[in-house]
Amino acid sequence: MADTQQLKDLVSQVRRDIVRQVHAVNSGHPGGSLGCAEFLVTLYNDIMDHDPSFNMDGVNEDVFYLSNGHISPVIYSVLARAGYFPVKELATFRKLNSRLQGHPTTHEGLPGIRIASGSLGQGMSVAIGTALAKKLNGDDKTVFTLHGDGELQEGQIWEAAMYAGSNAVDNMICTIDVNGQQIDGSTDQVLALGDLRNKFEAFGWDVVTVEKGNDIDAIKTGMKEAISLSRKRKPVCILLHTEMGNGVDFMMGSHKWHGVAPNDEQLADALSQNPETLGDY
Amino acid sequence: MKVYENTGNKDTRSGFGAGLTQLGKTNEKVVALCADLTGSLKMNEFAANHPDRFFQVGIAEANMMGIAAGLTIGGKIPFTGTFANFSTGRVYDQIRQSIAYSDKNVKICASHSGLTLGEDGATHQILEDIGLMKMLPGMTVINTCDFNQTKAATLAIADYHGPVYLRFGRPKVANFTPENGDFQIGKAVHLQEGTDVTIVATGHLVWEALEAAKELNEKGISADVINIHTIKPLDEKAIIDSVKKTGCIVTAEEHNFLGGLGESVARTLAQHHPAPQEFVATQDTFGESGTPAQLLEKYGLNAANIVSKAQAVVKRK
Repeated sequence: MADTQQLKDLVSQVRRDIVRQVHAVNSGHPGGSLGCAEFLVTLYNDIMDHDPSFNMDGVNEDVFYLSNGHISPVIYSVLARAGYFPVKELATFRKLNSRLQGHPTTHEGLPGIRIASGSLGQGMSVAIGTALAKKLNGDDKTVFTLHGDGELQEGQIWEAAMYAGSNAVDNMICTIDVNGQQIDGSTDQVLALGDLRNKFEAFGWDVVTVEKGNDIDAIKTGMKEAISLSRKRKPVCILLHTEMGNGVDFMMGSHKWHGVAPNDEQLADALSQNPETLGDY
Repeated sequence: MKVYENTGNKDTRSGFGAGLTQLGKTNEKVVALCADLTGSLKMNEFAANHPDRFFQVGIAEANMMGIAAGLTIGGKIPFTGTFANFSTGRVYDQIRQSIAYSDKNVKICASHSGLTLGEDGATHQILEDIGLMKMLPGMTVINTCDFNQTKAATLAIADYHGPVYLRFGRPKVANFTPENGDFQIGKAVHLQEGTDVTIVATGHLVWEALEAAKELNEKGISADVINIHTIKPLDEKAIIDSVKKTGCIVTAEEHNFLGGLGESVARTLAQHHPAPQEFVATQDTFGESGTPAQLLEKYGLNAANIVSKAQAVVKRK
């Protein structure tokens, strides 16, 4: 377990890793990655019981699935900084012969990744499967997921939500990154999501809302509430309200940095806002 | 000629059900998922014997494929069951990303393939599934010919690590392969020795190929008959060795000629031993309603058409 200042320092380093990875290959998705940095840093360093020596089956440890695979820069940084693979490997992001593919995959054997994601809407189903396997194995650990809010437009999510609610898959906590943005504009402009709390509750879930999804203490409080609600015959959903591009002022509050890399000048600006705390790769 | 005895018509899906029932007793890791077709897939017995290891997912095939992928993470061996159409085309991206690309040990078991599901018509008669599945890197594709072989294949794929597509069907067809026979993934089964033409068949067309060989024999044409139950990986050596002997080939399958066994054979021969080939398969068309027998006759998927294609191909040598 880490204190809030340690986690903040790690977030600052993770933000540097994100913008540096994306800048180096002039491609990738910085906006959503930055928005979820506090959440994933807190999850991996304060909440989950996990083993960086990495076993694919994940028996007797908490397991995380990134369903919105395009925010790969943040999960790569968080996994590397947690000891799953060498931090210097972040320099290979999106390059030929790398284990750090544009979207996360098991295909090149990257420790920490248990399923490919990128084509949206599939992670909740996979999480249900692992949650069911844990029950069969008498394994009392938890399955966590992260989804984009735009991703909820995929029909498979609601097949999975219906199954989990109807079958009391209560060892699974699914977090929705509610940043209100997607590629073509705001979620309201593209395809309005409506009342997500009511939707998940109608599917038989317990719902926790974290209004300050970029605040580490608020994330900790929300996660603890979610964990306290788990194992009570209902799946648990966290509506995590985040700011896309958080921590880099010129990227915040807009969908425009969903999938665009910063240029040299913008990189320098972004790095000046986020001190190097643990050493750049 | 070898004589093959039909020990009584049975459906291949019941062979799958029998295999799954046996696996339930012998392999604790085996779990099963079904999308509201438990009776059609003959999964009832497994479901009744092992309610904790059977997952009814409802009419939600995409979710079923994802759950199956997730169950492997924790060491389970999931068998999914639904119709071939809903096992492949409907969920292609889920299989591609969460199972094939992720190298998950999921067994996708598909009944009611091809035309012979009959009266339900073209919405349910997929004739493209072999092509869809064989194009996925790492996917093993199996199409069994009778009850006994389907049961044997069901047992065999549980012991193989990796994604598998197992294709079988609805109609009661001749049961002629050995009971409790050995099933080797990727290994062709040589059924008749012949010298004039090779007939390579898969699935329900294997029995038709044997019937055709008898008729050809009466017409003075000696047919080498091979049962290809595994379309991928293909037993290329068995096919090439046979064609080296006969000089020509007929492929027979209950599938579109685009993307099916015939195309895999044509590629193999083009690379290694070019030879005249004729295709018994549907000709880039959808199916329609009708009885299985009527459909097989209308679309030429029977012994009579194998005979006429064989007669045609020997003239092209």
